[in-house]
Amino acid sequence: MELLAWLAAAVAVGFLVLVVWSVAKRGVSQLNLDLLTKAPVPFALPGVKQGLANAFAGSLVLVGVATLMALPVGILVAIYVTEFAPRPIRHGIGLVLDVLNGIPAIVIGIFVFGLFVVGHGQSGYAGSFALAVIMLPLVARATMEVLALVPTSLREASLGLGAPRWRTTLGIVLPQAVGGIVTGAVLAVARVAGETAPLLFTTSIVGNQVSWSPSHALFSVPLAIFELSESPDTADHARAWAAAFVLLMFILVTSLTARWLANRSRRKLRRAAG
Amino acid sequence: MSTFDATGNAVRRPFSGRRTRPGDVLLQSVAGLAALGTVFLVGLIVYKVVEGSRLSLSTFGLGFLAHVGWDQPHNRFGAAGLLFGTALTSVGALILATPLALGVALFLTELAPRGIRGPVTALVETLAAIPSVVIGLWGILVVAPVLRAHVMPALHSTLGFIPLFGPPGPGPSIFTAIVVLTMMILPIISSISRELFVGVPAELKEAALALGTTRWEMVRGVVFPYSWGGVAAAMMLGVGRALGEAIAVAQVAGGVNNVIGANLFNGGDTLAGWIALDFSNSNPGLETSSFFYLALILLVFSLVVNLVARVIVRRVAPRQGLAR
Repeated sequence: MELLAWLAAAVAVGFLVLVVWSVAKRGVSQLNLDLLTKAPVPFALPGVKQGLANAFAGSLVLVGVATLMALPVGILVAIYVTEFAPRPIRHGIGLVLDVLNGIPAIVIGIFVFGLFVVGHGQSGYAGSFALAVIMLPLVARATMEVLALVPTSLREASLGLGAPRWRTTLGIVLPQAVGGIVTGAVLAVARVAGETAPLLFTTSIVGNQVSWSPSHALFSVPLAIFELSESPDTADHARAWAAAFVLLMFILVTSLTARWLANRSRRKLRRAAG
Repeated sequence: MSTFDATGNAVRRPFSGRRTRPGDVLLQSVAGLAALGTVFLVGLIVYKVVEGSRLSLSTFGLGFLAHVGWDQPHNRFGAAGLLFGTALTSVGALILATPLALGVALFLTELAPRGIRGPVTALVETLAAIPSVVIGLWGILVVAPVLRAHVMPALHSTLGFIPLFGPPGPGPSIFTAIVVLTMMILPIISSISRELFVGVPAELKEAALALGTTRWEMVRGVVFPYSWGGVAAAMMLGVGRALGEAIAVAQVAGGVNNVIGANLFNGGDTLAGWIALDFSNSNPGLETSSFFYLALILLVFSLVVNLVARVIVRRVAPRQGLAR
């Protein structure tokens, strides 16, 4: 039986190694600067240099705007829950955050389609909003966790010196938790950078030119991979692998760094709490 | 400012300054508004999805759930084939992922040498960070051909008497979707199970070992019974993830929504996968509304799964000291 447990662990790690290795093997050879700097060319003849610049630009804008939407709201929710809310409300909002986190991304895509796209058409803002809905519970949960680690004695000391509650929260508690909040935000960014489903109906009808304005529909890297993977053309597969490699490296590097930083800052806070 | 109230008793906190500070009120109301907005957002999601599906709800009613097929020219739509595909893929992935996940969790808590516990835990959790579109790309271009060439014929020739393992079809298959979903829910189940197993009191384990049990007997007699409730919750969360996964399934499963067949090696599709593949081509009116209906079914499933998991955790958490 113990052998089976060893085997299970080997299979799990094997899965990861296999995916990363397959993507790397096929992606690295296709990697070049054109991928990031040149737009796609429709019906390209072999040898024509083309890339996915529109997808990379679009992803940057979409994820950036989504972060701007979700981060302040998520932090405020966490502040309300840990610093102000009475117990039953705290549990209620915790439940709502879990429910929101459990809603499938494709349903959020449909929701945003019904909310913004019907009547107004697709836009980068609609896509960003859909991504922000996914980020919100992640950011709020992560912030709540670190705020709960900030020692109560610190709050009491500040209140005892006569500082009002808002200054205690913003000036004393929040700065203590900044490391944890940043790592939570980075993990949320890494998560939505790879999301395809929420963008499928909200910001997918695009031209081939590079665009930076979220008031029009923007292309994105996950969507590009999705569309290229469905194509019968092997040249398209090659670009899909290259884009997947870039995306995967971005996600692995950011999430592993964030996790490492999170562990470090949590240990520091725990030590401070004694 | 008086420190006595009308009855002549001393007011409790003469120094605290019960006077309301504008800054406090401002921060509390802005933060409270954000929290209220989150609650409102969930309500709005439910409302919008219900509103969008109203036309289809009134046309087909619950018969939608029992009708097989998606007939665009005749405006006749049904979810039965997709419900079947969703059940098949989710249960299949759960059957494959649960023993694997429990094995990983046992390995990490009981067997692994201390030095490799941290790295292996991190690696397994990294599996959860891989975007579904990348797993789908890998599934369609790497896994599917291998499964079709080697695994499916082998399973068919040995277990072919079970209808699930029929003759392999030429194209995409439910079986590939199950394999891909297994990878995606494995880290969810294993990381929760690991936490549960860590929470089993050392005295109990040591007592069992002191009675002369082997390590496996100790696991079977102490660790499993102690944590089964939490493992059930973890499995629920895994199912929730599996049935909501759209992209990877859309890439590998094949978008077949007019047959119910037990053969795992044929194409099929799930609720989420079908929405991802075909919603963009839908005609406005009844067909679009029927896609909202599918989304509504998914939404209800995800709510039920998450709430049930939460109830289970509530029940067992005090005993097992689970984090939430």
